[in-house]
Amino acid sequence: MSPLAPVLVFGDVAEGDLLPSLHHDVTATTVVLGALATRDWRPMHHDKDFALERNGTRDIFLNTPNQAAWFERFITDWTGPHGRLGRVVFRMRDSVFPGDTMVLDGVVSELNLDDTGCGWVGLDITLSVDGDVKSTCNARVALPVDDDDNPWHRRGDRWKP
Amino acid sequence: MTSVFDDVRALIGVPQYEETAEFPVERSYVWTMCASVENGNPLFWDDPVAQEITDGPIAPPTMLSVWFRPHHWAPGRTEPHLPLKVHFDLKERLGLPEAVMTDNTMVFHEPVRPGDLLTTRQILRSVSDEKTTKLGTGRFWVIDVEYTNQQGRTVGVESYTGFGYRRHTGTGGGAGGDAS
Repeated sequence: MSPLAPVLVFGDVAEGDLLPSLHHDVTATTVVLGALATRDWRPMHHDKDFALERNGTRDIFLNTPNQAAWFERFITDWTGPHGRLGRVVFRMRDSVFPGDTMVLDGVVSELNLDDTGCGWVGLDITLSVDGDVKSTCNARVALPVDDDDNPWHRRGDRWKP
Repeated sequence: MTSVFDDVRALIGVPQYEETAEFPVERSYVWTMCASVENGNPLFWDDPVAQEITDGPIAPPTMLSVWFRPHHWAPGRTEPHLPLKVHFDLKERLGLPEAVMTDNTMVFHEPVRPGDLLTTRQILRSVSDEKTTKLGTGRFWVIDVEYTNQQGRTVGVESYTGFGYRRHTGTGGGAGGDAS
């Protein structure tokens, strides 16, 4: 079996556990790099004049697909590489701008072993700036149930995301 | 005589706009994405780890929609690529000039791997009766975007909930209108 032991297994986790917070100082580079990485060429993610005049915002702002990538990083920083995302639901409330320090926080909201023996962890995650929630993410991530299990090897009927 | 709304409802469950990506999943783009969010997951950077855990390199699951956003220019391309066409069709057919996306769900199946050539299609799942919110009066709809790989296996499904509307007089737009 796998000589690489999982960083985190299902039995290590309890409802109410907090994930380590992630703080990041957002710059114009963060926004532009994130937009380009997601091939989102719309000007409000790289052209400040356009964002001010056409969107009425105070600056360029992080795009949605890149925020998804930030949520993914936040989750897998915690699970390690054996953690396998099954499902994410995002809700965007407000924009994130250069100069903001964004903070991602998460809590374990649910634990569930499905009928195939896959260990699922539900997470409630927020992305905030100065305490104001800018977006939320509910995620369902599979963790190994023991050192010999690997959610990535589940296929077909054994993977129920 | 059928109404526009009946015509729109007849599209529920019908796959539309099937297309295959212009190019395969690129590993360098995986690194660009990981760099943009400082994602050090060894699945994307360390080949022996990727071999052991995921049977070879994979792409970050949340990059699903990236593979259908084209490069900014391509030789011979004359029309701008418009993602989520079903959404824009609904706005036009129902006469709703404004729209916001209220939430977005992504479900991940078979991992996406460098070299995969993905195919996508859009399926309208529901259209609501007319509703009035603080933004205006309009309808909510749910659109699924399905992604499959070259073996025909589902790699993921995204669901978008949109609200197309007419503004109340004297009100501004909403904050979440990233895809309107």
